[in-house]
Amino acid sequence: MSMIEFKNISKWYGSFQVLKDCSTHIDKGEVVVVCGPSGSGKSTLIKCVNGLEPFQQGELIVNGQSVGDKTTNLPQLRAKIGMVFQHFELFPHMNVTANLNLAQVKVLGRSVDEATAKSQMLLNRVGMIDHAHKFPGQLSGGQQQRIAIARGLAMDPVAMLFDEPTSALDPEMINEVLDVMVELAQEGMTMMCVTHEMGFARKVAHRVIFMDKGEIVEDAPKADFFGTPRSERAQQFLSKILHH
Amino acid sequence: MDFSFLSQPAFSGGGTYLDWVISGIKWTLLVSILAWIIAFTIGSVLGVLRTTRVAWLRTPATAYVELFRNVPLLVQMFIWYFVVPEILPKALGTWMKQGMPMPEFWSAVLALGFYTASRVAEQVRSGIQSIPAGQTQAALATGLTMPQVYRHLLLPMGYRIVIPPLTSEFLTIFKNSSVALTIGVLEMTAQARTISEYTFRTFEIFSLATVVYVLITLAVTVLMEFVERHVRVPGYIGTGK
Repeated sequence: MSMIEFKNISKWYGSFQVLKDCSTHIDKGEVVVVCGPSGSGKSTLIKCVNGLEPFQQGELIVNGQSVGDKTTNLPQLRAKIGMVFQHFELFPHMNVTANLNLAQVKVLGRSVDEATAKSQMLLNRVGMIDHAHKFPGQLSGGQQQRIAIARGLAMDPVAMLFDEPTSALDPEMINEVLDVMVELAQEGMTMMCVTHEMGFARKVAHRVIFMDKGEIVEDAPKADFFGTPRSERAQQFLSKILHH
Repeated sequence: MDFSFLSQPAFSGGGTYLDWVISGIKWTLLVSILAWIIAFTIGSVLGVLRTTRVAWLRTPATAYVELFRNVPLLVQMFIWYFVVPEILPKALGTWMKQGMPMPEFWSAVLALGFYTASRVAEQVRSGIQSIPAGQTQAALATGLTMPQVYRHLLLPMGYRIVIPPLTSEFLTIFKNSSVALTIGVLEMTAQARTISEYTFRTFEIFSLATVVYVLITLAVTVLMEFVERHVRVPGYIGTGK
């Protein structure tokens, strides 16, 4: 069963086409890595999933609901899809627990006690329980990103979206974030990850999607992608990022 | 300098010239604080409206700001006092001129309040718009609605960011309140002028007025510094700590 299904999605900024007839799907429990050069449309594609980026053509079904349909309740749909951003985007004026509690209380209607219990459970899981009362500005990038993942999980999502979660991190902090993501993948979470971390892809991805100039150039099972990528463009890309 | 005239009986009213000074301070504070309440309330609403993507909310707010910040305060003062009663329905206009208590006071409060609102609106807008778009996206991604994003993220952060310019605006309103003397409000500057005419102690009374304004604005500065410290976000860039 497809959790997320893209059917011929196209998007334009003015006359510039950023997404060209993109079709793919992410099944329940599947981990899909999206990679490609900068400006290829990866982030735009992932932000279409929860309606942060509108698209002009095609159909996108998420958890049985059509994202482009004007009658779809977007906040309700978004509440079921966790999202992690490149720059963490924790709310700077709230401490860590308040960051995790906000949507639980305001969107799901949990009581503050229920929300706090859930938050503490998740902070424990991402190894951040000792920092529950700190503010985002007092934490390192890797710590902030682990909290951002916990914030997404606090909503009991049916799928998680990751938009370059390690690109803004110092090299030494990348692994602490990837470890959390690997664990999540191994527990069977449905995940769509825009990332250049090919080690992560090799370890837990089921499929790899390669994008270039707004098109899905390659959409292959992990073994095929790393074994014999069919497109020359993907081969070039891989050789560039793997030899560093 | 000789301040002994302050304890002398004033030309009229039965009190001393010091009583005139105290009365001037009272009206300066009343005009300024009431005008600030109007300015802050209306300015905040307009500032928020100017950041929305809904054109029929944004356009009237933009029109307000461009109208009120582009006409001199003195002209606005005259318009509220002399023109507004004439263009309102006749009964209401007559009441403003004859029935309403202290017409010059209320005209000054409205003129100063509505004028300053346009400036507060621009500051609130700049605060909200200085928050990176990714923050709004992250808040929306958790399922919050746009009004909730304003309530829990954009306004709390936006106001924090613009506390320094808002403090300046709050100080300016006390100084601008002196324009109210042109329509007959006997605030601090008006009283200083009158006392100078009766006592010829021009140097002394305007020195005193200067000290009064500085003390009022210093008190406001201290208050706003307290507010700033109280809402400071630990570890946030720009807070200096």
